[in-house]
Amino acid sequence: MIFKQGILAALLCVALAAFFLPAKAASNIEVRAGFIRAPHMREMLSILDIPAADDGLAGATLAAEDNNTTGGFLGQTFAIDDVLLRPGDDPAAALSGLIQRGVSLVLADLPAAALLALSDSAKGKGVLIFNTGAPEDSLREENCRANVLNIAPSYSMLADGLAQYLVWKQWKRWFLIKGSHPEDVLYAGALRHAAKKFGAKIVEERTYEDTGGGRRSDSGSVQTQRLIPVATQNAPAYDVLVAADESEVFASYLPFRTWDPRPVAGSAGLRPTSWDGSHEQWGAIQLQNRFMKLASRRMNARDNNAWVAMRMIGEATSRTGSSDPKVIRDYLTGPDFAIAAFKGQKQTLRHWNQQLRQPILLGDGRMIVSVSPQEGFLHQTSELDTLGFDEPETKCHLQ
Amino acid sequence: MPFAMSRRERSKVSPLASTVLALNALAFGMASPAGAFTAYVSNEKGNSITIIDTDKMEVTKTVQVGHRPRGIALNKDGSELFICAGDDDLIQILDTKKLSITGTLPSGADPELLILSPDGKLLYISNENDNLVTAIDVATRKIVAEIPVGVEPEGMELSPDGKVLVNTSETTNMAHLIDTETHKIFANVLVDARPRAAQYTPDGSELWVSSEVGGTVSVIDAANPKIKQKIAFEVPGLSKEAIQPVGMRFTQDGKKAFVALGPANRVAVIDTATKKVEKYLLVGQRVWQLALTPDGKFLYTTNGVSNDVSVIDVASLKVLKSITAGSFPWGVAIARQ
Repeated sequence: MIFKQGILAALLCVALAAFFLPAKAASNIEVRAGFIRAPHMREMLSILDIPAADDGLAGATLAAEDNNTTGGFLGQTFAIDDVLLRPGDDPAAALSGLIQRGVSLVLADLPAAALLALSDSAKGKGVLIFNTGAPEDSLREENCRANVLNIAPSYSMLADGLAQYLVWKQWKRWFLIKGSHPEDVLYAGALRHAAKKFGAKIVEERTYEDTGGGRRSDSGSVQTQRLIPVATQNAPAYDVLVAADESEVFASYLPFRTWDPRPVAGSAGLRPTSWDGSHEQWGAIQLQNRFMKLASRRMNARDNNAWVAMRMIGEATSRTGSSDPKVIRDYLTGPDFAIAAFKGQKQTLRHWNQQLRQPILLGDGRMIVSVSPQEGFLHQTSELDTLGFDEPETKCHLQ
Repeated sequence: MPFAMSRRERSKVSPLASTVLALNALAFGMASPAGAFTAYVSNEKGNSITIIDTDKMEVTKTVQVGHRPRGIALNKDGSELFICAGDDDLIQILDTKKLSITGTLPSGADPELLILSPDGKLLYISNENDNLVTAIDVATRKIVAEIPVGVEPEGMELSPDGKVLVNTSETTNMAHLIDTETHKIFANVLVDARPRAAQYTPDGSELWVSSEVGGTVSVIDAANPKIKQKIAFEVPGLSKEAIQPVGMRFTQDGKKAFVALGPANRVAVIDTATKKVEKYLLVGQRVWQLALTPDGKFLYTTNGVSNDVSVIDVASLKVLKSITAGSFPWGVAIARQ
């Protein structure tokens, strides 16, 4: 309980080590953050989602620019050392190269297994890793690591954010359709867990097998229009079709083609995400404008995760006057850290697994429909902790 | 526990509030026979200015203006209202007698907030999109200075002697102190996340800066720009994330400060000397900016989500009335006329 009965007009006057910063600060800190990234799949159902060459990187670059504006008043500069892995490249070798160049703060947009290998290879080397891509809960739970801060939301946070809204809408009977790849199964598991947690019921669950083949053809919609109704027919009465398709095999084919006229959510339709190019509230339009100017495209969730990670580095450096990864980690995981990231409330780190607390946006790719946590889902410390695994249930032991 | 009063409870006490209102109006009427003041409220999504007769506490007119009006400021004699029309990238000038737009000022990109120099000659504007504070000569309508500041400049304030211009930058998290003679920054003070408003105490000894996301108000020693103290807020039943300090105003005697707490839907009343929060006044939803009537007796608050304005009686610290405004009320300025 943070609010004690009896303390009515509570006040905390904190005596502070005051900051006085002259107009041009003398201290000189140069921060070079590494960015190790693997190319993302280009086989997307919608051509709008095919990643750009600077996917993710552009977000970090923008944050470095923002940090440099602030750094101009503090004598601090920020730069990115970008390492794009090719198929077969070893992330650990990439990290060794960065360490040799004096880099100890590293953003990583990698698949979960590669990220875990990276963090284990970095153990004892004074490196702090920011996970900006991998949503696997295992990285926050049984495989959590002290040298990894998780900026991207987990599958369970995304699923819980979606579930709260669907339950608020009273769309409680779900038809869950999942893909056949391991990531699809993980996302489906998070959705199943969310349904149970918030009182929805999965009345039907099916697997949509990936039988191979490409995404592009000149007359694809003709076949799709026949396939999807069949794949979704004969279901018991349901309110919403929830899809778990991390592999881009079928989910975007679902809206408007289901056997029963039902809304689609999850991997298509109403999607939970940490960011979307259509998000504009809480000053977000300023960030969107800056990003468009820099990258000539809209900011996606991976760009935004990287922006937040690089801003956290800037924030920690400006507050502590240090770029030492230990000092940065202590500040970011400590009680004084909070970052403003255009989602309506402060974002902080869960001390038990170093996951960034954050609202989850729900949008169709053109508009933001709602933002979770939804009103009425209460929590004793932070309503943001209604999203994802909470402290009492965590399996994480940081090491 | 008046601060914990629910909306239903609040509506229950409304007959009493009306009586207080009537008494106040009566007392006020006797004290100032000259008549009512005029409050101007910018409606961010309504693209309009709501005009309120503060004596009757009623809307007299709504004027359509440019796109996304937020920051507004009156000229010295109250004959003109300067309006930041953010999405039009300009400042509009509203003639407060004719109630029509009579001109525009160049502002730089996406103007959000503005403040008039004490002599009325210069307007200082924060440009959210390009990290600048712009100074405009009102008479010649020309930009006379552009001052580079931090990322997403927001709040604007002048010291009572007019010598220091303060700008807050939302993503840099600083209050930038600018010499109004040289238009150069002479100090930067790092405050908590997403600083919004800056206000000097009436005696000029302290500069208070609200941090929307940080949830605090930093009290800065004006003579030696360092943080002396931070004021935090706690409202039973509300999570810390919901407490988002934005607009601030001091009473004319400087003894009390009012701080709008955004989605906490409350205005905190702080004793300026002790920095203790004395009371939380329940107002409309997402309370944003504040303005006092020129006699200092009433505080007007803009409530963005509930599309209304709350009127607070400064002496009794009671919320007297909610007045329906346009869509997403944002800024408020009150003229003598």
